[in-house]
Amino acid sequence: MEPLREVGGRAIPFGAKNVDTDVIIPARWLKTITRDGLGRGAFETLRSDPDNLFDSAEFKGSPILIAGDNFGCGSSREHAAWALLDLGITAVIAPSFSDIFSGNAFKNGILTVVLPQEAVDRLMEVAKTDPITIDLEHQSVTTPFQDRFTFEIDPFRKHCLLEGLDEVGLTLARDVAIARYENDAATALPWLARTGQSLGEHTA
Amino acid sequence: MASKPRTLYEKIWDAHVVERRDDGTCLIYVDRHLVHEVTSPQAFEALRASGRTVRRPDLTLAVPDHNLPTTARRDAAGRPIPIADVESAQQLAALERNAPEFGIRLIGDADVEQGIVHVVGPEQGFSLPGATIVCGDSHTACHGGLGALAFGIGTSEVEHVLATQTLLLKQSKTMEVRVEGVLGAGVTAKDVVLHIGGVLRAAGGTGYVIEYTGSAIRDLSVEGRLTVSNMAIEHGARAGLIAPDDKTFAYVKGRPYAPKGAEWDAAVTWWRSLSTDPGATYDKVVVINAADIVPSVTWGTSPEDVVPITGSVPAPEDFADPSKQDAARKSLDYMGLTPGQKLTEVEIQNVFIGSCTNSRIEDLRAAAKVLKNRTKAANVRWAVVVPGSGLVKRQAEAEGLDKIFLAAGFEWREPGCSACLGMNPDKVPPGERCASTSNRNFVGRQGPGSRTHLVSPATAAASAVAGKLADVRELG
Ligand code: SF4
Repeated sequence: MEPLREVGGRAIPFGAKNVDTDVIIPARWLKTITRDGLGRGAFETLRSDPDNLFDSAEFKGSPILIAGDNFGCGSSREHAAWALLDLGITAVIAPSFSDIFSGNAFKNGILTVVLPQEAVDRLMEVAKTDPITIDLEHQSVTTPFQDRFTFEIDPFRKHCLLEGLDEVGLTLARDVAIARYENDAATALPWLARTGQSLGEHTA
Repeated sequence: MASKPRTLYEKIWDAHVVERRDDGTCLIYVDRHLVHEVTSPQAFEALRASGRTVRRPDLTLAVPDHNLPTTARRDAAGRPIPIADVESAQQLAALERNAPEFGIRLIGDADVEQGIVHVVGPEQGFSLPGATIVCGDSHTACHGGLGALAFGIGTSEVEHVLATQTLLLKQSKTMEVRVEGVLGAGVTAKDVVLHIGGVLRAAGGTGYVIEYTGSAIRDLSVEGRLTVSNMAIEHGARAGLIAPDDKTFAYVKGRPYAPKGAEWDAAVTWWRSLSTDPGATYDKVVVINAADIVPSVTWGTSPEDVVPITGSVPAPEDFADPSKQDAARKSLDYMGLTPGQKLTEVEIQNVFIGSCTNSRIEDLRAAAKVLKNRTKAANVRWAVVVPGSGLVKRQAEAEGLDKIFLAAGFEWREPGCSACLGMNPDKVPPGERCASTSNRNFVGRQGPGSRTHLVSPATAAASAVAGKLADVRELG
């Protein structure tokens, strides 16, 4: 994954509350086989309105989305995170997120920023006309008008995002421990460590 | 190590810890990974993009099921029959490409071993007692019927397991659901789990791994136990499991992937040691009297909406919780039912016998027993039996069950998920009702506007004959 230190630019002042994953990416897009291209289905229903924010000249391709409470509720579909990424969004600011969505967002390198409603309201105001900047290192969101809001983030998640580490990469770094487990299991629990039928090449 | 008494779940967990972190999260080793076409394409795509490989292709098995039509897959000349739905065809083709590319065995769409992933795993001996088993599918707990720790995962986790053969997990709380006593005539494993669902409610198991215990569970066949464990997710539980015993070992022995020879004997010794120790405690215990369980049926759009077949449709006011009252109102409206209506007066137009809950040979035998020398009622427009695998199909045909189904007016299909979910051509039309042996009665689950009543195979068969939801015990 790409390291993420700072996200800056125009932010889509969306603001809606309880945006569920079906709004972010309707179920009919779940039968895809790639993560790419899901941006076309992102907010599909809202974007059928020709005057929608997402496709306006001003906000098209913006890296930040500002939303209301409980963003990403509903089903656990990971497609919601993929759709946002494909739309060009790498950070979402909201007063709260669904747990599953923020987990999926993190796994896919999207920063979720939780700020109090007043701060979100102020950013919505600024976003209409000016860019905003999220600095992950210093855990702050700033505007050209000297606003500065700080946010909390799980230190582990922060570290992963800053370094561009994905969970798979982190676990692969534990290879020695995994290999040790496999060795022990091969002796202690051989019926689990391999199957009773030869299955071709073992590549580990 | 001081041996504090432990539960079955805790013993399996402890045996699979690769590393324990300070915050209690553990890196858990995965013994068996089942892969199907719906939740895997983006995981393989991510591996490819990052130049990663599959750590243990030998512990991974791929089989298509969700999207496959249940009609013939080869023409008379043995050529594949194209699949009309472009996206279904793409997902299936992706699995056919990805499995060989990453060195994983693929059971093909026309192989006799093909079937629903949760039927195939136990049938092949790939799923074993004491193993950790994952699959990108919410009904993976099914394999817990063998005494395995099995649960569903999302696509990122599928990628994680493919690349590392591990998962980062927090240990769940434990719940014992004990069913004591003897089940009455006509009461099956499906009725047991529907009844449990009604007691626990859809979220009662959230945060827990459930161990089903008690004499009524021990008396179930292994296939019946798979049926019970299959629906653990419908109580919100992460997984469900049942202690392995002699019946389990007899079931597993001799299957293609099962251990053999001296290794088999050592495995059995270990499996026996997994049972919950006397004195071990669960975080929660629910006790159910087997005598209270009768053939059950769902009336609403959540698996917790269970009533005895002898009962009637509840009224929203029957529920204390205002949000449940609201949900009940919506469910009744969607299902087109009136409070007070007797369940046995509800007419059905479709009957589906299949799904990973109820498509094994014993399920088909139970349905055929009811249907022998009987036919479906005229108002039942579509009645279908979809065996859980090609091997189940072959066995059923050897026993002549297919003839009984066909004579009763049922269709006899190729294995797959079929009408369990509206992802392939088998669907229940809008506004029509289906007596279904599957596990979910959600809005639109069997097709947009479909109305599902979850039942056992025997009840489904009896309902087909009556043309209404029926009490199999009345048929005699
Ligand atoms: S039969 Fe139904 S529940 Fe089982 S795996 Fe297929 S779709 Fe899922």
